[in-house]
Amino acid sequence: MSDVSALMGAVAEGRTRVEEAGLAGMITLRGDLASAKLIAAVTGLAGVEMPGQREIKTGDDKAVAWMSRDELLIMVPHEEAEAAVATLSTALAGEHATVANVSDARALFRVEGPHAREAIAKLAPADLHPDSFGPGEMRRTRMAQVPAAIWQSGDDQFSVICFRSVAQYVFDLLALSAKDGSEVGYF
Amino acid sequence: MSTRLSSGGRLIDRSAARDFTFNGKRLTGYAGDTLASALLANGQTLMGRSFKYHRPRGVVASGAEEPNALMGIGKGSRFEPNQRATTTELFDGLEAESQNHWPSLEFDVGAVNNSLAMFFPAGFYYKTFMFPRPAWKHLFEPIVRHSAGLGKAPKDRDADRYEHFYAFVDVMIVGGGIAGLQAALTAGASGARVLLVEQTAHWGGRAPVDGVEIDGQPADEWIKSALQTLEGMDNVRVRSRTMASGVYDHGYVLAYERLTDHAPEMDGPRHRLWRIRAKQVITATGALERPLSFAGNDIPGVMLASAVRDYVVNWGVSPGDRTVVVTNNDDAYRTALALHGAGLAVPAIVDARATVTGDLPEAARAAGIRVLTGTGIASVKGKKAVTGVTLCAQAGEGAVTDEIACEAVAMSGGWSPVVHLWSHCGGKLTWDADQACFRPDHDRAPTSHDGKPFVTAAGAADGVLGSADALASGSNAAVAVAEALGLSATASAPSANDPAETPMEAVWIMPQGAGPAKRMKMWLDYQNDVKVSDVRLAAQEGYESVEHTKRYTTLGMATDQGKLSNINGLATLASALNDEIPNVGTTTFRPPYTPISMGAIAGEARGDVFQPLRRTPMHAWHEEQGAYMEPVGHWRRPYCYPKAGETHEQAVHREVLATRNSLGLLDASTLGKIIVKGPDAGRFMDMLYTNMMSTLKPGKCRYGLMCNENGFLMDDGVVARIDEDTFLVHTTSGGAEHTHGHMEDWLQCEWWDWKVHTVNVTEQYAQVAVVGPNARKLLEKLGTDMDLSAEALPFMGFATGKIGGFNTRVFRISFSGELSFEIAVPASQGRAFWDALHEAGAEWNATAYGTEALHIMRAEKGFIMIGDETDGTVIPQDLGLGWAISKKKEDYLGKRAQERSHMTDPTRWKLVGLETVDGSVIPDGSYAVASGTNANGQGNTQGRITSTYHSPTLGKGIAMGLVLNGPDRMGEVIEFNKVDGTTVPAKIVNPVFYDPDGEKQNV
Amino acid sequence: MLILECPCCGVMADETELAPGGEAHLKRYGPGSSDEEFEGYLFHRVNPKGVHFERWRHANGCGKWFLAARCTNTLEVFATYSAQTPEPPQHVIDAIAARRPNWSIEA
Repeated sequence: MSDVSALMGAVAEGRTRVEEAGLAGMITLRGDLASAKLIAAVTGLAGVEMPGQREIKTGDDKAVAWMSRDELLIMVPHEEAEAAVATLSTALAGEHATVANVSDARALFRVEGPHAREAIAKLAPADLHPDSFGPGEMRRTRMAQVPAAIWQSGDDQFSVICFRSVAQYVFDLLALSAKDGSEVGYF
Repeated sequence: MSTRLSSGGRLIDRSAARDFTFNGKRLTGYAGDTLASALLANGQTLMGRSFKYHRPRGVVASGAEEPNALMGIGKGSRFEPNQRATTTELFDGLEAESQNHWPSLEFDVGAVNNSLAMFFPAGFYYKTFMFPRPAWKHLFEPIVRHSAGLGKAPKDRDADRYEHFYAFVDVMIVGGGIAGLQAALTAGASGARVLLVEQTAHWGGRAPVDGVEIDGQPADEWIKSALQTLEGMDNVRVRSRTMASGVYDHGYVLAYERLTDHAPEMDGPRHRLWRIRAKQVITATGALERPLSFAGNDIPGVMLASAVRDYVVNWGVSPGDRTVVVTNNDDAYRTALALHGAGLAVPAIVDARATVTGDLPEAARAAGIRVLTGTGIASVKGKKAVTGVTLCAQAGEGAVTDEIACEAVAMSGGWSPVVHLWSHCGGKLTWDADQACFRPDHDRAPTSHDGKPFVTAAGAADGVLGSADALASGSNAAVAVAEALGLSATASAPSANDPAETPMEAVWIMPQGAGPAKRMKMWLDYQNDVKVSDVRLAAQEGYESVEHTKRYTTLGMATDQGKLSNINGLATLASALNDEIPNVGTTTFRPPYTPISMGAIAGEARGDVFQPLRRTPMHAWHEEQGAYMEPVGHWRRPYCYPKAGETHEQAVHREVLATRNSLGLLDASTLGKIIVKGPDAGRFMDMLYTNMMSTLKPGKCRYGLMCNENGFLMDDGVVARIDEDTFLVHTTSGGAEHTHGHMEDWLQCEWWDWKVHTVNVTEQYAQVAVVGPNARKLLEKLGTDMDLSAEALPFMGFATGKIGGFNTRVFRISFSGELSFEIAVPASQGRAFWDALHEAGAEWNATAYGTEALHIMRAEKGFIMIGDETDGTVIPQDLGLGWAISKKKEDYLGKRAQERSHMTDPTRWKLVGLETVDGSVIPDGSYAVASGTNANGQGNTQGRITSTYHSPTLGKGIAMGLVLNGPDRMGEVIEFNKVDGTTVPAKIVNPVFYDPDGEKQNV
Repeated sequence: MLILECPCCGVMADETELAPGGEAHLKRYGPGSSDEEFEGYLFHRVNPKGVHFERWRHANGCGKWFLAARCTNTLEVFATYSAQTPEPPQHVIDAIAARRPNWSIEA
């Protein structure tokens, strides 16, 4: 079965590089984030600590991000997503919790380069100054006209999640904003 | 004639010539010139024609306030009208053309308006709109249309690109003069995150031109070192060529950065609109010099005194060999001294004040310049250029006492602080009688989300005109702002030399006793051609409010927004009303400070990213097939797939027949899919839907209607119960986000104690409707581990399993009336699944069908479509959907509203089917005509069409509509109107046209 | 362009991240209510010049609804708070009273 991401790994080259990062396993978990059972299930599955408000905890190939007071986004390799949904569902039996595989409902981008932060700041009405926004935080905001979630995933690298249907739009936006010659020199 | 001086010009590089054209004429300037300075250097004093009278006009200012020298710049896809020559930096190859003239700048037919001036008084437009009415349509409109509009609109698509940038700062400082620089130094030292912007390419404002010395060194030296210090601060950013255009609520500031206007060969965006959130804003925006109102003050060669000084000092340009300076303050003497220093003649300084003893006047006298006190200009001589002035006593009525030949007049009526940004967000002003200007009232500053002031004015923008005071004002403003931010800063400002000055005296008209003939030649608003006489006429006709006078006369309504004219206009109005200026008040200052490009406002939102287009996983296939796409919300869906030589109508009919007769495939991925889960999910679903959902058995589907609290039908769709706690809600294609938001609203804001989660999984799945008599055969051919037989998986059932190796969920639901399987697969496999269906379905002529075939097939079955049969005023009861409304439930959203008297009115129009008698198709939007007329004399109606199609299956026109007492009138023929005035007869029938017993779908 | 602090995720959210939802603390009237009650619930809104309680959703953000107490005249924001409350909590009333001494909730 050939599973394909929305843009099949499209890349815009430049001093700041934009890449659709292919398929990632993503699981929405809604429930009581203070529940010991839920915390145990999540941390046990992902091997990272439970994130606090707006935090993202990243491991080798898994991550857990705080989406809202009753919602997490759990990231795993794409091929492990179904199994992870099953594991979590089993672990949370009896809890009021909802586990849904949303891997294919999303697109993931990496923006990397010396002006990556700026490229995103052209599109999102969020304070992305390094003093305000650094590794470990995931900011849900909008990018131009669509919702997006952003986190710093490397020294000069940012990751962006949006809905799959608007992947081309977001890629085009990022490629345009990252275009050589349009550096702002602000951050 | 104006010309280039042999030396001088602190901003130009005489070793770097720049070629440009003006109205096709090849001219040369230098790097560092503005278009205005380069034109003057080439002797081009005539730069445009005025808007209304087409009077010849020259440049009057040297910066953003310029009302006259507006140019069309560039050509083709880079043409832009109404660019101020004073803020256009010269570059090689610049092409400029003047505006508002025909056939040429030198000879303009429209100037006849000038001789007709008595027919174009204040309120001209309003008067011609009113009386005589036919005159507007046949006489005035054609003339006004021909001459209206400033500049030409570009015709080609803009070749440049634009972008936005979001910045969050502690302190935004606007204005890179010495006050702004000092404010930045002080604020920067406090550790605050600071952004300093300057609208021009140069720092320091007027100080270097005015010969200011700071800390004992020339201003330029201090400015250079201040900038170096600022650039070395990690927490400070400085941007030139960036104009703060507006200050808005809660510290939102827009700034307009012009990146390549001065160097079009540069790569990158042309303009960048900064969308800034500033905790505190310091406006160090300087002041603008006011013109004086004397007869002939608009003749080319009459300029602001500060502008003349700028042209001499900054660009080494002489405005003419002989310049008369006319003033009511000491500052204009700097211009006389600068001209004198450049070796040019100043035949006289005409000063309206009776005695003048300041350091600068004394210096002028010492230089041998004649100073005439108590004197005014009686009139300016010349038509397309100044040839001289006549003088009179300022105290008198204008009897000429002397005449002086000259090529230029440098005028100064005092200075008005630039209070625009202070005022945009509600900052109030106070009248400063000593300086005859409005300045910020510190006690009534704009306030932010915390209710505390967030704008502080500094320097000349605060009415502080001396250099030393301006520097201290900048520093003090920064200290106050730092304290507001909880930081600490220390006030410190360098010293500066300021001459002792004689106080200015307000002069609103020259001479003070000028009669009507002179007032008709005194221009207040150069760009809109408003004169002193117009404002007086408006006052006389009862326009006493300044806002009314503004609109009646158009004073201050041109692209310069009255930067030069407003205060003089107010003073004229106040004098006509015998009132004080502060009582008359100002008009409202609105952003932008100077015009910004449409491109900058749009930012990235153009072309491919004008708006987000939502694409399904099969989108590329549709495009490869040449599908004709239509928007459904932000989705793009195939309307039909025309083959070579096929019209859209033919394609749609082929798709319908192929589906009904054999096998059709629909990309239904856009269908909304929302999981509703939790112990209270059943209870919640019963509130959301009009029918009972809690009784739905796991494994089964049920059609449901969702209403809003007004009772109106909002969305519909099929609900599948996955297990005891879990429902999967299907919504309309456009309705998923709205419906999800609706659910969350009720769960979060009303029933927050109910244990229910929702997750929008619309895009997790690609969905395909496999439709037609051969649908089951196709799925079985692909191979499946499910029993898809009618017995095992009956209509309105669903199953989960594999088809052709794909993980699927199969719903036995039908929107076409045919045997139908709607199959969901993970989106990442959507395209592969779609391809597999086509490949295996080839033997049954598997035909992809689009939304139009979908619509026709559902209409043939009498199924309603949200947005066609509903329009936000329709309740389910109107649509014969009473069967889907639970009588047992105590409550559901919309139930109480549906009990309101208007909702239960038996005369509400109800849904019926309609068949044309002649087989034709009733036009979309048609109304059923009834006898008689209503109170407005319009024909009565008794119904309207909601859906209308040619049915390829039935070979005739079918429609659905809402008709008065419709369900009781079966078989009756009623008439539907057409735009040509005729009607189409149609018979009222059952809306289910095709297979009323469902024999085709229940197999 | 307002800026409101989302009490759920703690972000100082730009207005373009938010969706407005009208007046807060409306009491829902369903079947069994009088015409007057229902009309009041569905259509009557206070629209004051001054203190107003309103609903906002952090739509381009954490997705949660919250409530704001705000002055419609000066745009001062007194407090933002949880949507899961039928009436303004005391700390919100206190925050308003501190800035608007003559205001009372009945007004």
